[in-house]
Amino acid sequence: MLKENTTKGKLIVVEGIDGSGKSTQIDLLYKWLQSQGYSVFFSEWNSSPLVKTTTKAAKKEKSFTPTTFSILHCTDFADRWENSIYPLLKAGAIVLADRYVYTAFARDVARGVDPEWVRNMYSFAIKPDVAFYFRVPLDIAVERITAARAKLKYYEAGMDLNLSENINESFKLFQGRILDEYDKMVDEFGLTLMDGTQLVKEQQKHVRNIVKRVLRGWEGLPNPNMPPKEQSKAKAKARNSGGEA
Amino acid sequence: MKQPVFYGAGFPYREIGPLTGKLIVLEGNDGVGRSTQIKMLRRWLEAEGYAVSDTGLTRSTLTAKGIEEAKSGHTLGPLTLSLFYLADFADRLENLIIPALQAGFIVLSDRYFYSVIARDANRGVDKEWSRKLYGIALKPDLILYMKASVSTLVQRLIHGRGLNYWEAGMDLHLADNLYDSFIAYQTLLSKQFDELSEIYNFVPVDADQAVEPIFEEIKISILELLHNQLPKSKMPK
Repeated sequence: MLKENTTKGKLIVVEGIDGSGKSTQIDLLYKWLQSQGYSVFFSEWNSSPLVKTTTKAAKKEKSFTPTTFSILHCTDFADRWENSIYPLLKAGAIVLADRYVYTAFARDVARGVDPEWVRNMYSFAIKPDVAFYFRVPLDIAVERITAARAKLKYYEAGMDLNLSENINESFKLFQGRILDEYDKMVDEFGLTLMDGTQLVKEQQKHVRNIVKRVLRGWEGLPNPNMPPKEQSKAKAKARNSGGEA
Repeated sequence: MKQPVFYGAGFPYREIGPLTGKLIVLEGNDGVGRSTQIKMLRRWLEAEGYAVSDTGLTRSTLTAKGIEEAKSGHTLGPLTLSLFYLADFADRLENLIIPALQAGFIVLSDRYFYSVIARDANRGVDKEWSRKLYGIALKPDLILYMKASVSTLVQRLIHGRGLNYWEAGMDLHLADNLYDSFIAYQTLLSKQFDELSEIYNFVPVDADQAVEPIFEEIKISILELLHNQLPKSKMPK
């Protein structure tokens, strides 16, 4: 389905429902990898400047159908893929992605789109070297989101699906459906399951150990902003502090 | 009355029900004269008492502005372009074409998705991938393939709207000038159309003829289709 990574780069992604804590974890990982002297880049879901005006307008006017919602998010991904993720991987960088194709597989299928169809649409993408799936029980995620946010957004709450007239209730039902889709994908795509209820620090330790294992013995694109001596020192340190030998 | 048939899964979350209208597609190269024929067909069908609606690529308000902006810059990749067109197509199909067919209209489509697949194939996009994407597409009742030689296309365009960057495939760097690039690009497109014609059962129309004889040829195919099914309506307007 997804292509094997034959580039010189490394692709690491985080997945999970809203409020699973994945963005916190990838942000910490990003800073840590930078401090280790790696050439590391970050790509966020739904952030292509080329597609932004279209998605923004459609969200405002509530004019998406499940299919057009799905396609435009893939258009956004494709633009980031063609202009940033893929060339950076070819160059030998580490690319971190906050949400990847699995987000679409979970959300769009939860909206009723055909699973095979959406999987084909994203089949130009590369299988990540690690795909962390931060799993939290629905109640905890919902609590985190409603506590942090003044108001839920129409599509994130799945209001287009008419699950409930109450936005909080709809959000919960919709996120529950997405959670089910994620759970089904753990085996299908070999996602690395993480316990999102643990302390942030504990989770990060676990994340770094897995990433260290992936990067062991790997030579990526040198970072010209780091003196070569520092670079090798930092990398040696990263290697030595890796989990098991 | 018939149940909708899709090339693939269609829109599984949507109950569509029987479609009483007819979907008629005109395909063919740039400059082949599709829009002229559609205007004539519309006038003729309306005079015959049918309710007619027409549609064409990039006419979705959801994506029109975005596509235009994206095409005017320098960062638009082939996959992104392809998906923008898919969004345009899906939006028009769900929100315009299907409702019109439910209401008993004849929908005349100036191109469908075949043109998009043909163009993408020339830009290195995987054909199998494209074809599966358009599993959302409704099977038309009739696909008319207006087939003309490249020299006919050049004549029509030069005496019409002129040659342009995208229709000449200048982004492919096939030649250093608009004319040679147009010839090379449209030749490649014709090959793609011929291939698609087999796969999707196009009805070929000799478009090297003058406008009137082309129109007569198209009318015969449409009459055949309409006599078989659609009752001349009580205009659903």
